[in-house]
Amino acid sequence: MTRESLLNIAVLAGFLAVAIIASLSGQPYLVTLATKAVILGLAGVGLNLALGYGGLVSFGHAAFFGIGGYAAGILASAAQNYEPLMTWPMELAGTTSMPIIWATAVIAAGLIALPIGALSLRTGGVHFIMITLAFAQMIYYFAISWPAYGGEDGLSIYVRNSLGALDTMDPLTFFLIAFALLLLVLALTFMATRARFGLALAMARQNPLRLTSMGVRPFRVRLAAFVLSAMAVALAGALYADLNRFVSPSMLSWQISGELIVLVILGGVGRPLGPVIGAAIFVLLEAWLGHLTDYWQLPLGLVLLLVVLFARGGVIGLLTGRNANA
Amino acid sequence: MTATLLIEQLLNGLQFGTMLFLMAAGLTLVFGVMGLINLAHGSLYMVGAFAAATAAAATGNFLFALVAALAAAALAGALMEMLVLRRLYRRDHLDQVLATFALILIFSEGTRWVFGSFPLYLDVPKALAGTVRIGSLSYPAYRLAIIVIGVTTAIGLWALINRTRLGVQIRAGEADREMIAALGIDIARLYTIVFALGAALAGLAGALIGPIQSVQVGMGEPVLIMAFVVVVIGGIGSIKGALAGAILVGVTDTLGRFLLPVLLGTVMEPSAATAVGSALASMSIYILMALILVWRPTGLMGS
Amino acid sequence: MKRILTTAALAAILAASTATAAPLKVGFISTLSGGGAGLGIDARDGFLLALKQAGDAGSEITVITEDDQQKPEIGVQLADKMIQSDKVDILTGIIFSNIALAVVPAAVKQDKFYLSVNAGPSQLAGKGCDPNYFNVAYQNDNQHEAMGEYSNTLGYKNAFILAPNYPAGKDSLNGFKRFYKGELAGENYVKLGQTDFAAEIAQIKASGADSVFFFLPGGMGISFIKQFSNAGTGLPMMGPGFSFDQDVLPAVGDAALGAHNAAQWSPDLDNPANKAFVEAFEAEYKRLPSVYASQGYDTALLILSAQAKADIADHDAYHAALKAADFPTVRGSFRFGNNQHPIQNFYAREVVKRDDGVVTNKIVGTAFEDHVDAYAAECPMK
Repeated sequence: MTRESLLNIAVLAGFLAVAIIASLSGQPYLVTLATKAVILGLAGVGLNLALGYGGLVSFGHAAFFGIGGYAAGILASAAQNYEPLMTWPMELAGTTSMPIIWATAVIAAGLIALPIGALSLRTGGVHFIMITLAFAQMIYYFAISWPAYGGEDGLSIYVRNSLGALDTMDPLTFFLIAFALLLLVLALTFMATRARFGLALAMARQNPLRLTSMGVRPFRVRLAAFVLSAMAVALAGALYADLNRFVSPSMLSWQISGELIVLVILGGVGRPLGPVIGAAIFVLLEAWLGHLTDYWQLPLGLVLLLVVLFARGGVIGLLTGRNANA
Repeated sequence: MTATLLIEQLLNGLQFGTMLFLMAAGLTLVFGVMGLINLAHGSLYMVGAFAAATAAAATGNFLFALVAALAAAALAGALMEMLVLRRLYRRDHLDQVLATFALILIFSEGTRWVFGSFPLYLDVPKALAGTVRIGSLSYPAYRLAIIVIGVTTAIGLWALINRTRLGVQIRAGEADREMIAALGIDIARLYTIVFALGAALAGLAGALIGPIQSVQVGMGEPVLIMAFVVVVIGGIGSIKGALAGAILVGVTDTLGRFLLPVLLGTVMEPSAATAVGSALASMSIYILMALILVWRPTGLMGS
Repeated sequence: MKRILTTAALAAILAASTATAAPLKVGFISTLSGGGAGLGIDARDGFLLALKQAGDAGSEITVITEDDQQKPEIGVQLADKMIQSDKVDILTGIIFSNIALAVVPAAVKQDKFYLSVNAGPSQLAGKGCDPNYFNVAYQNDNQHEAMGEYSNTLGYKNAFILAPNYPAGKDSLNGFKRFYKGELAGENYVKLGQTDFAAEIAQIKASGADSVFFFLPGGMGISFIKQFSNAGTGLPMMGPGFSFDQDVLPAVGDAALGAHNAAQWSPDLDNPANKAFVEAFEAEYKRLPSVYASQGYDTALLILSAQAKADIADHDAYHAALKAADFPTVRGSFRFGNNQHPIQNFYAREVVKRDDGVVTNKIVGTAFEDHVDAYAAECPMK
């Protein structure tokens, strides 16, 4: 077992331990913070698929995070107000069932990511960064000005959506749900990156010509990675909406795209658990620095700067002293 | 709708475009020469505006304020380059995005720490207050001055790049980074100068816009995103492209805000037309950018 | 930003009560960083000033302050933390309506009192009103309504109206139109966050309007005022009070002179409590208080008045004590309506330059007396 695998197991176990101990010792807010880190970590794992494994620097993944959030918000508010979601071409009712919401979020994001990815992937490098940003900005301004779902005010869910007989308002229960989904997505990405798809994706990043000569179009592999990545981020978005019981256009803002990138780099690009560790550090920094000073974003910026300048390979790289193996 | 109104709106688009050009020129120059993507360019714009407001408050002289803005932004840019960015030229864009994202946080909160949380006062200089008449149109003198300064700067930049020794080095740097080293040029110095030049342009934009907008923390980011749109539309690294892109974006945005509600008003009821029209207008430049990139993936004048 | 306050000053506006009060924990969530921080800081400073002046009664109140970064989801997370971990009794402090809409419904469901120092979205004033929710500021439409009403007095017949394309912007223009009796030269929605208004100003000029009413929060308003005064239209400007308040005026200076606006408070409002407040605020913080500071101050006074009458452990008694609104408001008169929003006067103000060069507001008339908001009737509470 490599040092990184050991570290990965330790981190996951650490998350679980912190949440359970915090819950038992009557510190529900710590559980909420851990849940936030798990959800942001899940989004980071999704983004890492495009960013780390595919080398596709998307500056617009907030779009998918927000789409996931709105899937949860719209379905839940329709159900809570007993209003049909749509009456044409068929009558559809809202729902508060988490699995249906998750599926809707993932499918909606996938369907939207498909054209966005197909158009964006015609470009590369900085152009790709910017065109993904442009698409996200379009969706952001659409969400702000479209009145049906609250616009800038956002949508309140009031009570968390339901999963079977579980009490999802209980912080630890909700943490465990998010944690289980994180494990599931981690396992799926692990399998995908080890499978032929992962090899093709790595080759599309490192040596697209060779991939072409093997009869595989790099475009299709990249597109698949982009769409899958968007779907995972949307799942995180749906959970984040449930964590806050609220969704608003700020989930779609470019700052969120930036923060998601920060998580991934902070932990270590192209490492399976990098984003999870990055998210944990980010959430801790935010909570800790916020208590020290009104100007807490200043030291946060300094920390990020130091990481990028002196800790190549992110925190995992620092701890294990190895280059990314992806 | 009269012809006068349309001309006025075109002038407005042009003024917006020249301002965007000042921002975009620095961005595209830095990218073309150093291959660096700088999210903190908007912070330099903010530095320029804050320096101008401070200098104007102290001296009451707008020209002095402009000089102060240029100097402060150039200095901030040079420091940024020497302390942080020069370590990132050989890294991938991802590291550059993160580092300059961090710089935004540092600059924004640092500025708030020094200047407080309230917007600063900066007014149009007395000589340029009021309007001038052009035919049947009366147009704010200050906005006209921005157009003039913007166009002059564009010409000056063109002359700098095509007619001076520094320009030759910059063009050589864009074409072939190894070559300028072989020519015995001090690359580190060249990069610092180019970056400070781009920063000064951003600072100039901030100082010019300060008197007609709000001088406050966070003022740089919306402009930064617009400037990126301009750079990408024009073709990254191309000053000519930045100029074309800036005018195109400026005019599209201004006319979109003005014409879309009117056009939609012919097919729907007024209040819905206003709402949908302004929603579409706020997305118009991003739609324009996506269309252009789909048509020409490297932008109008990119290679 | 957790700061446990232990204030020791003795000056007191509130009479030293018989102090039946149990210690109280207040969570103050506000926007304290980033571009919108000025408003939150003013509300907080006003709030803390009142507690400091209350001496012993104030020092029994523990205030925990946190920064919502102007992001609704952060606001929700902080509210969770304050309720679950800090075990606060009362939440307050939120400036922006979208954050209030995210935080308040969940907080009041958990039986915490929420006292609004600023945001007053219509959703929480009408059907969504709640016994645990008190608004100590205004309902969001009020200042726009008051300006609409006063524009009739000013004799405007053909106003051009302008707001950002988001829910509060639409509420604003609807509020104005509810009381304005003239024609509209035009109605325009701009992009939220837009800072260049050349295109809109050209349209205003071409529309033949006799006045312009706008609601543009924060930096948007500053930009508009500067650009509009520079465009030489000569048309009078009017807006809600917060478009011409003490966070905006120092940044625009002479450009705003002569503009009319409406608010429930003004630094020159003539009553002893207000005089003392303005003086104390200037002495403490070296700047004029804004309307946000006055609302923060009144909110703290309201809490102090309830503390003097009831114990937070007795929820119903505390509710009654809050509802009584028995505090020396800086607004002259204040009481709660059935939906627990203020019934108060709204004044027309004009931006003037004082002899010492400070640009500020002067009351020139009364737009409404004892104004009730438009949503009170929809609220089922009595």
